[in-house]
Amino acid sequence: MSLTLLNVVAAVIIAIAFVAANAAYLVWAERKGAGFIQRRPGPTENGPWGLLQPPVDGIKLMTKQLLIPGGVDKIIFVIAPVLAMFPSIVSFVTIPFSDTIVAHNVNIGLLMIFVFGSMSAMALLMGGWSSRNKYSMISSVRAVSQAVAYEIPMLITAITVVMIAGSLDLMDIVHKQSGGFWHWNIWPFQKGLFNILMPVSFLIFFVCSLAETNRAPFDLGEAESELVAGFHTEYSSMGFGLFFMGEYANIVIGACLTTILFLGGWDCPFGLLPGVWWFIVKIYILIFTFIWIRWTFPRTTIYNLLNLSWKVLIPISLFNLLLTAGLLKVF
Amino acid sequence: MFRYFTDIFSGLWSLFVGMGITFHEFFKPKITVHYPHESIKMTARYRGHIELIPGEDGQPLCVVCGMCEKACPSNCISISGEKPEGSKKKVLTSYKLNFTTCSLCGSCVDSCNFGAVRFSREYNLASTRKEDYHYDLLKRLEESIQ
Amino acid sequence: MSEPIVLQPDETFILNVGPQHPATHGVLRVKMTMDGEFIYDAETVIGYIHRMHEKMAENRTYAQYLPNLSRLDYLSAMAYCHGYVLAVEKAAAIEVPQRAEYIRAITVEMNRISSHLVWFGAFVMDLGGFSPLMYAFDDREQILDLLEAITGSRLTYCYFRFGGLYNDIDDDFIEGTRRFIKRMRKSLKMYHKLVTTNIILMTRLKDIGPVSADMCQRYGATGPVARGSGINYDVRRNEPYSVYPEFDFDIPVYSEGDSFARYKVRMEEMEQSLRIIEQGLDKLPDGPVNPEKKPKTIKLPPGDYYTAVEAGRGSFGIRIVSDGDKSPYRLKLRSPTYSNMHLFDEACRGMLIADALAFMGSLDLVIPEMDR
Repeated sequence: MSLTLLNVVAAVIIAIAFVAANAAYLVWAERKGAGFIQRRPGPTENGPWGLLQPPVDGIKLMTKQLLIPGGVDKIIFVIAPVLAMFPSIVSFVTIPFSDTIVAHNVNIGLLMIFVFGSMSAMALLMGGWSSRNKYSMISSVRAVSQAVAYEIPMLITAITVVMIAGSLDLMDIVHKQSGGFWHWNIWPFQKGLFNILMPVSFLIFFVCSLAETNRAPFDLGEAESELVAGFHTEYSSMGFGLFFMGEYANIVIGACLTTILFLGGWDCPFGLLPGVWWFIVKIYILIFTFIWIRWTFPRTTIYNLLNLSWKVLIPISLFNLLLTAGLLKVF
Repeated sequence: MFRYFTDIFSGLWSLFVGMGITFHEFFKPKITVHYPHESIKMTARYRGHIELIPGEDGQPLCVVCGMCEKACPSNCISISGEKPEGSKKKVLTSYKLNFTTCSLCGSCVDSCNFGAVRFSREYNLASTRKEDYHYDLLKRLEESIQ
Repeated sequence: MSEPIVLQPDETFILNVGPQHPATHGVLRVKMTMDGEFIYDAETVIGYIHRMHEKMAENRTYAQYLPNLSRLDYLSAMAYCHGYVLAVEKAAAIEVPQRAEYIRAITVEMNRISSHLVWFGAFVMDLGGFSPLMYAFDDREQILDLLEAITGSRLTYCYFRFGGLYNDIDDDFIEGTRRFIKRMRKSLKMYHKLVTTNIILMTRLKDIGPVSADMCQRYGATGPVARGSGINYDVRRNEPYSVYPEFDFDIPVYSEGDSFARYKVRMEEMEQSLRIIEQGLDKLPDGPVNPEKKPKTIKLPPGDYYTAVEAGRGSFGIRIVSDGDKSPYRLKLRSPTYSNMHLFDEACRGMLIADALAFMGSLDLVIPEMDR
């Protein structure tokens, strides 16, 4: 009994460490990636290749004065950044990195991750509302409507995958895709199921995870050149740091989820040596794609964003759901 | 209905093309010049503050006609000379340039009929005091000759 | 959006897009009365960078005023110097050698490309795409290096003199410019693929800020803003000056009147400027760049003189009223941004903030030029 407790405690500590390390070094990766795309080197001064830049930035953020402006709603103001960071850490507990490396596998793992994902939308609302600032209010309103609109196609495509796999358990979903890349959910050649629209599902899920994490081209919540900094304008020091790290932690969760649902998790492309290293490679390829997309495209407006979700993504994902259900019934 | 799908496809294709371009740019060489460690070659006609041109005997070619002082739009130049006995031309005794108001227009260089001033190529001029920008060009000429 | 939005005048709040803002391209204050996310009314407050250039002209001789013109609109400074120099030469009847005219046209067009590159980078950055800014500025560095090699300055050129130029160009400049033209054509193709055909940008700019030809005429808007609304007017074609009648180039005109049309006009203007530079380099005659006899002090005969040139933002006009003295009695600068800016006050009703900022970006405002 105490061994499982020790297991869980160790898993939680590893999860927090993994999230923190990722959040810090993803900032470095983003700045380097942005630099290379723009034909400049990115951070180079602090440490070799700028690798000491995140710790230096962390020290800077921690030593700044933690300012709580007068007139804000104090409780909500302080809770909001914590709420932005907390669900991602908890979601890590259920994500399986390989057959044996998982903190605590629950049999409704997928549902848990989506529940915690919805909580981060609340953090944006609380942050913007309590700031007593017109700019923050506008941006948090935008962010909430965006979060709601994009959760729906994400859930629908996830349900499509769940129907194919037959369970909500993340390890089962990966096991159903084992044996080489032609079994992955992204391709239409499932075991007995021929569904041409699965790559479309993958694209829809990817776009939705971009939108859920408030990442360009859907980063209206932050919209630096229009509304200064959106819902985190009034935050300084660690409040801002927590929002920042929460965003990167959400990106890692989005990449992990996409890998598990569509790309076969820790499965090797040729079915040889499955293991955690393939998982890591796949999530970092997806994270690189997130960074690549951010620095290529301009931002959409709120109406185009909502139109995209309600008029394009939801009909297509619903159609795919019905098609999959029909094919599963027939074959 | 058909337009709905063609719009989606052409939109998606344009996004992939854009991503291809940035991917290509990712691998191109960097164009940053890491300034304190590297620097760029200066052009010959760079406009730094003006300086006096020495003649063969090391003395400035300036005859103190005062055309540069009159031509300057911002009254940067103050020049004085004296006429030693027995000689026909004036000799320059002081040439002061107030670089804080200079706009590098070149009117002084243009207006000099004797070719006595030119643009220098000084650019490393950061300082914290205003007095550092009040140049004594005669002293600068004497220092450069030694 | 299908029906027009009805705005409630009693549920509004005032949002101050202040003088310090990343997207207003200078010190411009816009007091927007907002109804939720829509702009109910906007009032622009200008004058934060008024430096009294017109008054300074009254205290300086004609030659002493030359550096001021570069500082008006520092992004397309050559065209402003060109306008002033043409006005004085026309009034004082000074002959300009042909070689100087051709070099003037070449450098003005290079400066126009550099100004449009800054507009392009800053505009796409306002919309959220940060990379095209870097690519545009890299191309602009090539122009600035070429112009520095002949004039000595990178931004505020004081290169034109009455009757000619400060100094002549050399062969390195000609070769460098030819290489630059090849490189710029490739870059324009790349911008077309990366930005112009991008679906996100097109939905962001189409039907935003519709400006009709009638509105342009009421406000006196010129330049790419007017050409994006269907008015086929370009000072280089309709009131030809200098050596432009010898060049063969097109004037891009689009009639939709939205931000995307203005964007396309400026992108095509860059291509046409490249054509002009190529033809200028091919036809460049030999000879001196300054007339043999240049008057020491210029005194214009008494009268009223007006010249207009096509600057990066529209028709820049300069009016000199002289009473025979060596400084003008009155110098009036007609700033194209001033006329273009006030289209915003009328066109912004009912727009979102994001669209309003895209609209301001497409008008290509440079505030120091507006406030002089």
